[in-house]
Amino acid sequence: MTPATVFFALLLYAAALLGAAGLVWRIRDYARTPAPLKIPTTPAPTTTGGVVLRMLREVTLFESLFRANLWIWLFGWMFHVALALVLARHLRYFTQPVWFWVEWIQPFGMYGGLAMVAGLAALWARRFLVERIRYISTPSDHLMLALLLGIGISGLSMKFLAHTDIIAVKEFALGLILFDWQPLPVHPGLFVHLFLVAVLIAIFPYSKLLHAPGVFFSPGRNQSDNPREQRHLAPWAAALDKAKV
Amino acid sequence: MAATVTAPPLKPYPVIPILEVGAMGKTKTFPANAPMQQALGFPGELVEDWHDKAIFKLGELLGKYRSLKVYLDACVHCGACTDKCHYFLGTGDPKNMPVARQDLLRKVYRRHFTWSGKWFPKLVGAEDLTKEVLDDWYSYFNQCSECRRCSVFCPYGIDTAEITMAAREIMDSIGLGAKYTNEIIGKVHKVGNNLGLPGPALADTLSSIEEDLKEETGLDIRLPVDEKGAEVLLVTPSADFFAEPHVYSLMGYAKVFHAAGISWTLSTHASEAGNFGLFIGNYGQMQKIATRVREGILDLGAKRLVVGECGHAWRVAYNFWNTLIGPFDFLDPNYPVPQHICELTYDLIQRGAISFDKSANDRYVVTFHDSCNVARASRMGGMPGGQFEIPRAIVRAVANKFVEMNPETIREKTFCCGGGGGLLTDDLLDLRVKGALPRMEALQAVVESDGVNFMATICAICKAQFSKVLPYYKFNMSMVGGVHQLVGNAIRLGPK
Ligand code: SF4
Ligand code: SF4
Repeated sequence: MTPATVFFALLLYAAALLGAAGLVWRIRDYARTPAPLKIPTTPAPTTTGGVVLRMLREVTLFESLFRANLWIWLFGWMFHVALALVLARHLRYFTQPVWFWVEWIQPFGMYGGLAMVAGLAALWARRFLVERIRYISTPSDHLMLALLLGIGISGLSMKFLAHTDIIAVKEFALGLILFDWQPLPVHPGLFVHLFLVAVLIAIFPYSKLLHAPGVFFSPGRNQSDNPREQRHLAPWAAALDKAKV
Repeated sequence: MAATVTAPPLKPYPVIPILEVGAMGKTKTFPANAPMQQALGFPGELVEDWHDKAIFKLGELLGKYRSLKVYLDACVHCGACTDKCHYFLGTGDPKNMPVARQDLLRKVYRRHFTWSGKWFPKLVGAEDLTKEVLDDWYSYFNQCSECRRCSVFCPYGIDTAEITMAAREIMDSIGLGAKYTNEIIGKVHKVGNNLGLPGPALADTLSSIEEDLKEETGLDIRLPVDEKGAEVLLVTPSADFFAEPHVYSLMGYAKVFHAAGISWTLSTHASEAGNFGLFIGNYGQMQKIATRVREGILDLGAKRLVVGECGHAWRVAYNFWNTLIGPFDFLDPNYPVPQHICELTYDLIQRGAISFDKSANDRYVVTFHDSCNVARASRMGGMPGGQFEIPRAIVRAVANKFVEMNPETIREKTFCCGGGGGLLTDDLLDLRVKGALPRMEALQAVVESDGVNFMATICAICKAQFSKVLPYYKFNMSMVGGVHQLVGNAIRLGPK
């Protein structure tokens, strides 16, 4: 076992633990916090089915963003779709045998990598070029983009510049899942890639990446518009009611 | 406070302004004095340990409102909302960009309630709640009309109105309330309506309006008040009782009831549809104000509950009454509870129960201004978007000439009049004039292209705000009026 293998195995376990624990804590917190009043942004669907559709459009097409600003939508959507493709492509490192559709999307995943980097670069450029966005940007906004770009570029470098032994990488990955550690190939690009990924996973629930679970809990988007038909009462509001009578 | 009020020039097409840092930082609405604060159970002045109290209150609200928690967490600073607020477009002050307004509270939230803000404040833009930050809160959270336009465009539906309400609630709890809202809420508790109009004065006003109606139509069109056993209780903003152009809509409602033969009444106890408890984000105040409506209808024994032309009142009535003062199982289940006066009129039109002489409105080329709380925080009729279609259908039924403004400025994308959310006060007139800019530009365009000379709307605040600011943009103040003002002009009365 090389020291690098031990280091990255432990790092990835730690990151996964931190990320997962944080995410569970955050989601439980959201779910348990009441929404005492009906506040969907109207016009809103009147049924639960309609709400599911609205949410689907929101998270797959970024409908609101599309209406707000075509450029942000274009770069943001491109980045997210590309990321999804790239993640799907990476499933080949974690499945044995590789699922057929994962096999099938491999070539697209590669373009995804390029599109992802391009989208991120454009999003970052806006933080410098557009006065309003420069005004609202914090250091962490820049760092987050740097982190994602670092992941994308280090990943692409292994495809286009210096290949790594991906068979060994896959054995390492499967070994992590099965708690049967296998050696990690020595490769600077890979080390950078894995390190940054670990950081990303670890900080997910402690950063603005919370927008991912958050959108599902947004009362403006996830409530149905039926306040006259159905009385909506949160526990603390109901307790107020009781206290009065 | 410098009382200079300047209207920005109207441009032929909208332009996103260059940032003018600090342009509106000194603009502060008058604070509530001690008696006004104490009447609502808030401290009379800024408390000694305001910092700790404010943080404590923020923690309490985070536990009570999922909206606040999720919205403070989820923003990615994408900037999609930055050019969506009329106050930013009118003032150029970056802190009037919705996300920057939110960040005033978010940075304190990060500092005290997130791990990253505790350990790496600089990195994530976390900040302590200093006196300067508190000053900014007071300035800029009283420069948001809670109109929700930003929330339409945010990919996560982040609603700055919710954040503004929370911030105002925190400020109230440490003794830093706004005079305009808090004084008015006190009046409602004491007298029953925002204008502080006592029962006998209301009855007088109504009978003089009845005389005006008699003179105009030759008919005995009634404005009944406190009549037990009437079928409908109408709750309307108190401005309808004697502000202009509001009162013309009140006459319009009376004519509709008269023509349709529906027995109705107003209530001196529930003589206010408006509910400023919403504006200060205070659930208890909102419920206390709304309770008068429940008491009023129980006392009079009416079977239907109808609400007059008022934007935020309709939001509270439509979305919150059932929660705050429901259930309404004692009312007639054949009608929605509550029902908007436009729903009622529209229904009568559909059934052919009332008819119109449209030529009576031929002197007008009409456009319709969607009021923010109706557009983005309520509904009418059975279908999503009925809040847009029903008032327009009424206007089309009563007037021959109707023109829409720029589609980017109507329906759910409508611009606030500039005076909503508890900002309709003269000490904020400069802000109000500037905030009206996007609407004035859209209006200017249809005035030039189609000769529009009447902007119909269904909100008491919009009517008051436009009457005041239209002249600053060289428009005639009587260009604004209610939908039921037009209805009242055209409705056929008397024997059919
Ligand atoms: S709610 Fe309206 S006034 Fe407030 S920040 Fe959003 S757009 Fe501006
Ligand atoms: S649109 Fe939403 S996520 Fe984007 S900056 Fe504005 S509030 Fe934040």
